[in-house]
Amino acid sequence: MPSTVTQAKKALIAELWDDNPIFRQVLGICSALAVTNLMFNTLLMCLGLVWATAMTSLTVSALRNYTPQRIRMIVQVLIISVYVIVVDIVFRAQFPDIHRVIGPYVGLIITNCILMGRAEAFASKNPVLPSFFDGLGAGLGYSGILMTVALIREVLGFGSVFGVALPAREVWWHSWTIMVMPPGAFFVLACMVWAARAHALRLDAARKAKEAKK
Amino acid sequence: MTDPSHAGGAAHLLVILVSAALTDNILLTRFLGMCSFLAISRQMKASVGLGLAVTFVTTITCAINAALYVWVLRPYGLESLQLILFIVVIAAFVQFMEMLIERLSLGLYYALGIFLPLITVNCAVLGAALFMTNRNYGVTEGLVFGFGSGFGWMLAIVLMAGIRERLKTARIPPALEGPGITLIIAGIIALGFVGFSGMVQP
Repeated sequence: MPSTVTQAKKALIAELWDDNPIFRQVLGICSALAVTNLMFNTLLMCLGLVWATAMTSLTVSALRNYTPQRIRMIVQVLIISVYVIVVDIVFRAQFPDIHRVIGPYVGLIITNCILMGRAEAFASKNPVLPSFFDGLGAGLGYSGILMTVALIREVLGFGSVFGVALPAREVWWHSWTIMVMPPGAFFVLACMVWAARAHALRLDAARKAKEAKK
Repeated sequence: MTDPSHAGGAAHLLVILVSAALTDNILLTRFLGMCSFLAISRQMKASVGLGLAVTFVTTITCAINAALYVWVLRPYGLESLQLILFIVVIAAFVQFMEMLIERLSLGLYYALGIFLPLITVNCAVLGAALFMTNRNYGVTEGLVFGFGSGFGWMLAIVLMAGIRERLKTARIPPALEGPGITLIIAGIIALGFVGFSGMVQP
């Protein structure tokens, strides 16, 4: 089935950049800000999120013909909760120390607008395979931003990457404590949204100029 | 796991209230409820309305969730079900409130109309419940913590709405308009709130 495959590929790529949930739609940024001062914590959170979005989209899509229209929201919430609980239990068992820090945010994946948004906008109308990749793409696009924010914050705030100190940190590096604290998250994300929007505006202007010439 | 609420009495509750509202502000230091914060803070009136609604819902659902957690989930060892239970309680309560307000006061219903369903997906409400169990709060503490969190959220969104009304006439780089500038202002307000942090030791 070549058409489904291309559709799936298109859905994946669109979500990665063109419709990137954070830059374009500014959705689901709660956890983008909260867990991003250490890269390892962020990576765990991202894995949980990618798993939850992909599997939720898959399940919602598989059940789309059997879900009564009226109660579909509550069905979607329950599907999401099931996968998030799996993530929560796995983290609790495997990484108890980190779970103590990011635990509440893992639970909050349930109310992350991205999951519900993809389930409602794409998976409830499309076949299983494209839906899975749509969810996967949304999760990965989101993770990309999260990891970038985390990288900036950890390098500036602690002078380390994944907990490994930069070479000879004590000699030349002075940590920016503000980056570890909440305001740092706001500033880093604001600058990234600013840069992404500026880039998008420039592309739009270029396209318009081209059309005007024609 | 005993209920520590009896230890310090009123002073203990006051510390929870102040730290939930100011030093540990759910929006500015925990980043919860950002989506509606960014979207709604454009208008002052809507911000106050949503702030009040969130405060009310958070207070009540925190108390209900704390009661269920302490008296049902924990005795039976079902803590892993807390997520599903909390989200169902919140959704059901919001739905119930919507019906109640529609019956009692149509004016208030239309004024709040769009905000009520929005509250279900406001992560501040679920977040408050999760932080509450994370810290082993009892029922009274949960109630106070819920009120403090909701009030802190309202404080932040009303502050932001006031600033954004002034910004309407300011010249902002086009790429920074909307979410960009709001995030930067939120960062500056958060810096201000960091100043509260020496005040109480939760």
